[in-house]
Amino acid sequence: MSENTPGAHPEIQVRGLHKSFGDNEVLRGIDLEIGQGEVVCVIGPSGSGKSTLLRCVNLLEEPTKGQVFVGGTELTDPDVDIDAVRRRIGMVFQQFNLFPHVTVTENLTLPQRRVLGRGKAEAAKVAAENLERVGLAEKANAYPASLSGGQQQRVAIARALAMGPAVMLFDEPTSALDPELVGDVLAVMRMLAHEGMTMMVVTHEMTFAREVADRVVFMDGGVIVEDGTPEQVIGDPRHERTRHFLSRLLDPAMAEVEEGRPDQVGEAGR
Amino acid sequence: MTAPAKAEDPPRKKGLTRRQKRRLSRGAQYVVFVAAVIAFAVSADWGRLKNQFAQADIAEQMFPDVITLALKNTVLFTVSGFAVGLVLGLVIALMRLSSVGPYRWLAGIYIEIFRGLPALLIFIFIGVAVPLAFPGTEIIGGTYGKVALALGLVAAAYMAETIRAGIQAVPKGQMEAARSLGFSPARAMISIIIPQAFRIILPPLTNELVLLFKDSSLVLFLGVTLEERELSKYGRDLASTTANSTPILVAGLCYLLVTIPLGFVVRRMEAKAQEAVK
Repeated sequence: MSENTPGAHPEIQVRGLHKSFGDNEVLRGIDLEIGQGEVVCVIGPSGSGKSTLLRCVNLLEEPTKGQVFVGGTELTDPDVDIDAVRRRIGMVFQQFNLFPHVTVTENLTLPQRRVLGRGKAEAAKVAAENLERVGLAEKANAYPASLSGGQQQRVAIARALAMGPAVMLFDEPTSALDPELVGDVLAVMRMLAHEGMTMMVVTHEMTFAREVADRVVFMDGGVIVEDGTPEQVIGDPRHERTRHFLSRLLDPAMAEVEEGRPDQVGEAGR
Repeated sequence: MTAPAKAEDPPRKKGLTRRQKRRLSRGAQYVVFVAAVIAFAVSADWGRLKNQFAQADIAEQMFPDVITLALKNTVLFTVSGFAVGLVLGLVIALMRLSSVGPYRWLAGIYIEIFRGLPALLIFIFIGVAVPLAFPGTEIIGGTYGKVALALGLVAAAYMAETIRAGIQAVPKGQMEAARSLGFSPARAMISIIIPQAFRIILPPLTNELVLLFKDSSLVLFLGVTLEERELSKYGRDLASTTANSTPILVAGLCYLLVTIPLGFVVRRMEAKAQEAVK
């Protein structure tokens, strides 16, 4: 499927990344490399900084300190053309963020035309191809509001793909969906992974992480606690914090008991 | 309530029940209303009123000029003022949201001044001060240009605040999605944010149109030619030549002819927007 070892030019490289919101230090020194074609799932409790890390990778959040490289270009360089770099980076949001005032097709053609300067016919062709890929060709003329959450998220993925990105970032793409709609979105993401797309996925879907990811990164308290294969991180975690998180995630009923334990209170408060 | 109350008994207050109070209150309101209508109908001198305001022959001689000239000019003044106000208001709204401090301050000062002044003073200012300050320069379009400018200056202050609120009402994720697709901030604003903002503020903008429609009557302080008269001026002029107020009534009805349907449209749009939220 894809090589596990990053090549000479990692697609995404994060060095010594710090991010604070006021006095609140959310990221406390992150180093991470993601190779071409690699699929990396980032897991961790809420407030661990995983979404902030992902948003730093396309500079939706500006890092307080440290460097971010994508495709060899340093995004954190103040003189870089950030709009040009972002064209290489597709982003999928938890809340879909489709443009509600235009149709599904126009959601895909508008960015192509305005940002890439593609002609009408070409943009329409690329839009149709990508809607086909996510299985929503028949919704081309619908408005986003008439679609289910799962369909909206697949359109959002198609919209990002239509720009021809080299990297795709997913920020909890299934967290806002009803449980029965999660599968369709994950199927599209699985297809992308098999096609060799470089993907960084912040998620709580452990089954997806185990089956699709090349690597799983566990974050807590603004640092990377564990980074390894899914078998290792999910199957045989080395750190107590990882074990604790996974046990709560896989068996929520246990959490009630665990939270009562005095030594866990600080952890839960993070 | 002499028997000792059991614990489950609902507490009952002495005197009127809630239902009886409600009936009494509503009944009193109807009585007051009917009394007021009767008092008004009896005390007003309808005969004199009719003589002064409802002379059919005077009303008749106003047509078709009141429509083809006066109403047309009112609409023209309003629409041109609205257009100027919209463009200027959008610029000021964007300045107000700018990251550049002086732009924000300037926009804030503009809004405070022009919202705080009566429109009448601004009309006088445009009519008197501008020609004095810049002798020789004509405002493009003569009276029409002056009215568009004066109405536009007033409207821009109100519209800027409305537009700013509309832009801020567009969810933050829209800008993030656009930026992540490679839109520059300006392009994202134009292609994604502003079109959505205008959908949100269509009802208040239409209200502003109604206000401008009425404010266009202030043009009479600029001095207009016979051909440039709008509803109020036309009605007043005719009222003084005929020594009768019927033209004022007819002019008033012409305003309502436009403002009532517009008000209806606004309420429809608001209801639809409410539905879309659900």
